[in-house]
Amino acid sequence: MKRSIITTYMLSLVLTASGLQAFAQANISPAKKQDRTIAITGATIHVGNGTVVQNGTIVFSNGKIVSVTPNGQAPQDASVISASGKHIYPGFIAPVTNLGLTEIEAVKATIDFREIGTYNPHVRSLIAYNTDSKVQPTLRSNGVLMAQVTPQGGVLAGSSSVVQLDAWNWEDAVLRADDAIHLNWPQTPRFRGGFGRFAQQSPEALQEATNKSIDELKAFFAEAKAYAEIAKPEVTNTRFEAMRRLFNGQEKLFVTADSQKDIVAAIRFAKGMGLNPVLVGGDEAYLVANFLKENNVAVVVKQPHSLPANNDDDVNMPYKNAARLANAGLTVVLSIEGYWQQRNLPFMAGTAAAWGMDREKAVSAVTLNTAKILGIDKTAGSLEAGKDATLFVSAGDALDMKTNKVEKAFIQGRDINLDNLHKQLDKKFSDKYSGK
Amino acid sequence: MKKTLLLILLLVSGNLLLAQQTFPVNGSYDIRPQLYAFTNATIVVNSGQTIANGTLLVKGRQIEGVGKGLNIPKGYLTIDLKGKYIYPSLVDAFSSYGTTDASREAGGFGGRQSIFVSTKKGPYNWNEAIRPETEVRALFSVDTKKADELRRAGFGSVNAINRDGIARGTSAAVALTDEADNRVFIKDRTAANYSFSKGSSKNDYPTSLMGAIALLRQTYYDAKWYGNQNEEYNISLAEFNKQQDLPQLFETDGWANTLRADKIAKEFGKRYLIKSGGDEYQRIAEVKATGASLIIPIAFPKAYDVEDPAEARNITLAQMKAWEMAPGNPAALEKAGVPFAITAFGLENVREFWANLRTAIDNGLSEQQALKSITENPATFLGIADQVGSLGKGKLANFIVTSGPLFKKDNIIFENWVQGKKFQVNKIDVTDLKGVYNLTVDGVAAANLRITGSGGGSAATVERTGTDSLKTTASLSRNGDWVAISFNSKKSPTGSVRLSGYVVSANPLTMKGESALPDGSTGRWTATFREALKADAQKEEPKAALAQGKLVYPFGVFGYEEAPKQETVLIKNATVWTNEKDGILQNADILLANGKIKAVGKGLSAGGATVIDATGKHVTAGIIDEHSHIAGSGGINEGAQSSSAEVRIADIINSEDVNIYRQLAGGVTTSHILHGSANPIGGQSQLIKLRWGKAPEALKFAGSDGFIKFALGENVKQSNFGTGARFPVTRMGVEQTYVDGFTRAKEYEKAMKIKGNNVRRDLELDALVEILNNKRFITCHSYVQSEINMLINVADSLGFKINTFTHILEGYKVADKMKAHGIAGSTFSDWWAYKYEVAEAIPYNGKIMHNVGVTTAFNSDDAEMARRLNQEAGKAVLYGGVPEEDALKFVTLNPARMLHIDDQVGSLKAGKDADVVIWSEHPLSIYAKAEKTFVDGVPYWDITRDAEVQKTQQAERARLIRKMLESKTKGARTQRPAADAPRLYNCETLEDYAAELDHATAHQH
Repeated sequence: MKRSIITTYMLSLVLTASGLQAFAQANISPAKKQDRTIAITGATIHVGNGTVVQNGTIVFSNGKIVSVTPNGQAPQDASVISASGKHIYPGFIAPVTNLGLTEIEAVKATIDFREIGTYNPHVRSLIAYNTDSKVQPTLRSNGVLMAQVTPQGGVLAGSSSVVQLDAWNWEDAVLRADDAIHLNWPQTPRFRGGFGRFAQQSPEALQEATNKSIDELKAFFAEAKAYAEIAKPEVTNTRFEAMRRLFNGQEKLFVTADSQKDIVAAIRFAKGMGLNPVLVGGDEAYLVANFLKENNVAVVVKQPHSLPANNDDDVNMPYKNAARLANAGLTVVLSIEGYWQQRNLPFMAGTAAAWGMDREKAVSAVTLNTAKILGIDKTAGSLEAGKDATLFVSAGDALDMKTNKVEKAFIQGRDINLDNLHKQLDKKFSDKYSGK
Repeated sequence: MKKTLLLILLLVSGNLLLAQQTFPVNGSYDIRPQLYAFTNATIVVNSGQTIANGTLLVKGRQIEGVGKGLNIPKGYLTIDLKGKYIYPSLVDAFSSYGTTDASREAGGFGGRQSIFVSTKKGPYNWNEAIRPETEVRALFSVDTKKADELRRAGFGSVNAINRDGIARGTSAAVALTDEADNRVFIKDRTAANYSFSKGSSKNDYPTSLMGAIALLRQTYYDAKWYGNQNEEYNISLAEFNKQQDLPQLFETDGWANTLRADKIAKEFGKRYLIKSGGDEYQRIAEVKATGASLIIPIAFPKAYDVEDPAEARNITLAQMKAWEMAPGNPAALEKAGVPFAITAFGLENVREFWANLRTAIDNGLSEQQALKSITENPATFLGIADQVGSLGKGKLANFIVTSGPLFKKDNIIFENWVQGKKFQVNKIDVTDLKGVYNLTVDGVAAANLRITGSGGGSAATVERTGTDSLKTTASLSRNGDWVAISFNSKKSPTGSVRLSGYVVSANPLTMKGESALPDGSTGRWTATFREALKADAQKEEPKAALAQGKLVYPFGVFGYEEAPKQETVLIKNATVWTNEKDGILQNADILLANGKIKAVGKGLSAGGATVIDATGKHVTAGIIDEHSHIAGSGGINEGAQSSSAEVRIADIINSEDVNIYRQLAGGVTTSHILHGSANPIGGQSQLIKLRWGKAPEALKFAGSDGFIKFALGENVKQSNFGTGARFPVTRMGVEQTYVDGFTRAKEYEKAMKIKGNNVRRDLELDALVEILNNKRFITCHSYVQSEINMLINVADSLGFKINTFTHILEGYKVADKMKAHGIAGSTFSDWWAYKYEVAEAIPYNGKIMHNVGVTTAFNSDDAEMARRLNQEAGKAVLYGGVPEEDALKFVTLNPARMLHIDDQVGSLKAGKDADVVIWSEHPLSIYAKAEKTFVDGVPYWDITRDAEVQKTQQAERARLIRKMLESKTKGARTQRPAADAPRLYNCETLEDYAAELDHATAHQH
């Protein structure tokens, strides 16, 4: 039995290397349901909760993890994959991304992440999520297996949903529908000059404009909250109906704010509304780490690979931000902007680790911590018995581009196809030049 | 009542038309002799000569004589100025007085409107920003309100400039009287004026600073050509030529543009008088080296409101230091021996002039130089020193009468005479009432009256000791010798006591008059001088604390007080990535000396070198970014035309860009600064080394080949922004842009070679001719295979070569063709999907090109990514398994090859430049940090020093914040903190801020 499975694995490797690429992107089908127990042995297992199991064995069946043990034995009936010297990680989760909501960002017709208007808590990303995008397969092959598909724009951008990245359609893909409403806190302008119509305005006038937006926002929330107290209002307001889910705890509030003052104002506002917000962005979160800790706020560090917020900041501040926050005891989640860019999410964790974050904590920041803030940690985010078998095997340290090499990936136990458009084009033209 | 009005009208109009030769007079003529003798004054003739007890004779508009013991002829009205001073009225060499002010400047480098040539009617220049035909003498009109403000500050004449355009035409020197326009001209054409700002021009071109520079440069050639031809009639060029004999006055906004202006001056054998920005102290050596005379503002930055640390964070160290150090600018120029004039231009209000000038003096400017800079120098610079700026026979009677030495804090300007006409600023005969008096008021107990304040006294207190003790502030109002005082007597009697009276005797000073008590009863009062105010009551306000901070280079964060030195360094026991046939050496050493690599190998001996133990660390050649847009000023795209081959990044290098330092921290040592991708034929690029702290010119990579940026695809078609009215909007049109350009270039080259031909020198075609002759090399922004193929074919058919395809995301589809043509590929590691032409961009692109044999590099086009190019090279290992040694070459040796500098940089070999990085770990790993980055053997980046510098600068910020708070407490005006927005450029950055806003979300390359 063992032998036959190993052979299958070998065969699949061979297929991956050549045969499968004969298929075009359109034929990269979602994988079939797990139909037999699989055991992967001999690997360094990064559990996702900060711990590592050396020489570990992970067994999963019917899409769920059965066990994770050091020096463990594979069950008799299991298909065994030897992963000696390799690494196993929980599938990485990309939070706050417009993945599947756009294909070509410069082509308007492909843009489905930005609705018109200022307050759109009622728009839902899930139904626009395109499982047939060419992008997802390019993420899976770097270990990113789940995402929080998130609308953008306005003050209240809409409702995100959490999906897994190997599905026939959005109903298949969904892990958690409508998990959070996303608020863009009106920014206090930090700079003068340089930006069109704002260039001519005084700092005072800019502040005034921001204050006005904040007043409007507060009024919106206050009315929405009052509305939520009535079970059946005389006139239904779809925006406020969506907000009801926020106040009754069905959805979380994700707040984007970057400068220290905005962060404090946004968090205090949300707390005042009786909500437990997640902070997104947080360029300057490290400056108010104590405040965030006191308020028990998790932070999604938006883009570690960015330039310092201020001219005079430590040149490496964006790299260090996550570590500072984690070391101050905050729940830190790492993210990267955009959709195709998500294949670089693992390296955000690598950067955080390079600049002072414990390496396994950095893994948590793209796995379990993310699952927690998205409300899917009961089934995802770490490699623990009972959870979904959503994981991947990398030949080396997956947080480093030099060694990230995803050889196998499973989503809910399904052995997913790691081919993608890029590999196919690579093959097509490499063959051209090698005369194949 | 009506009669009175009429009388006033008559008087006013009579005055205005006085001695107006060609103007008729409504009524009888009233021509007065205007003969005045000012006697017994201290007369400061000029900054070097003072006459004590002198006499100044004025006849009409002019000075008749100045000297000691002059005979006063009959008929002169004598004015005794005993104890008072006479100075020449101030001259402002740079003013917008009397011209339509430059609020129109808001146009600046604005958005593109698809206006390609001048909209001005008539035979003028093709571009509206070149408008030398503008003459202030023809559009000037007296502005009585502004003239009054300027006179109150002591100015008697100004150089009036129409601040609009790049070539702005002539300015005129005018006197600040309120006579008819015809009467105020001192010189009708003082200077030809220039700037880098296109002003109100409606034309799209130029959209950038480098475009403005190119346009000016081309105009010099056009004018030269114009002088020798008879095909075209062009008023602008004719005027331009005519004005070359005048002083050439160039307005800039600071030292960087001053250096740029000076470069143009030198290029065309000109000498500019430069109105600079007031920040010259930041690069005084370079400013001095220009040899230019300057006109500088004294509009010093206000302190910031720094009470809120969260807001104070937004101010840069450079802003803070400028607040402290800018008042020292005039002194720095004086010390350096730069001839300069001081202008009131730039002040929010001209009333700030004296306070700021005194601050400059407190900060080291000598009074003599100060006087020179506001009188003789501006007059001399403009060629009007024979009329204004000093006192002498035959010069204009422009002078001020003051209470004391001009620069003393409490000096009062009494009168400002302009062209022999008196303008009163402060009343001259006011008795000085300051002192303590015995005050007696009928029905009120005796008390002391204390008069203090400015002028002859402006504030009062009433005090009494004993049982009825009293100390109260009194209100004091004066009109000449008439005095009104009121105070609350509190008791005996209770309520306010009001006194009204006048000065009755000067010695002892006595005031007398009527009093009114709270109960309505009236009586008499007397105040008799008893004693002078005690010194402590008159104490001087504390002087503004002088600058304690040190100059750093560049001026601001991470600057060096002292430039790091070229060191002799032996790096030992490292893993050395040679990029040579030796490959990667384990436990090896590398010796740097005199800016070069002296040796690479094992067991090297130190000699006198500093030894760095690099056990466990890696050493590589410095990273070279083939495609960068950092360190530029005023835009990197000149996109208004489909070809902008004439613009040069070399003209706009910005040595102060913090991204230079940030990228050193990522191991970058050389960057190829490219024009953007807005048009098929872009501008000329500039290779720089990241010598942080050096001046712009010193950043340039010496002796490197010239390159130029070309671009294909969506950006040049303007697919994703703007109106797209500029040709071309399809790939078909792109091809024809090249065909047309190079065809014209060939014809141009041919025509130039024919002797005696007066061919108009065309800087755009010059660049194309250089390309045809293999003297300039193309790096072409490109994406899809069709267009890449096209350009290869166009190049073949027109006989030029393509050096590099940059971005080249579909290079993998045409790698064989590139290889056959010897074209290099400089790509992104893994970017795709952000626009349609990158729909098939793949991260295996680099690998495939490399495997086919194309010289392959990874570039950044992004100030952030550039500091992680080593990681980007790591992705060549991730996608396609490029051998690590080859992958590192993607960001070191290979870009060096494509930039033709591989004989100097890009590998570690004896004799090459000591551009070396010490990494904490394997250089392709995400965990690697650049610990030291050497450029020419100078450790410009040192991770340990950086930590120290951050601490030092935190302390410096804290000191400056304390100082600002103190100065605010003392009453200094402040401003709300707001940082200047950082300008980051990539290929698609157009200097079109509005459009940028709309596209802010689409971060595109």
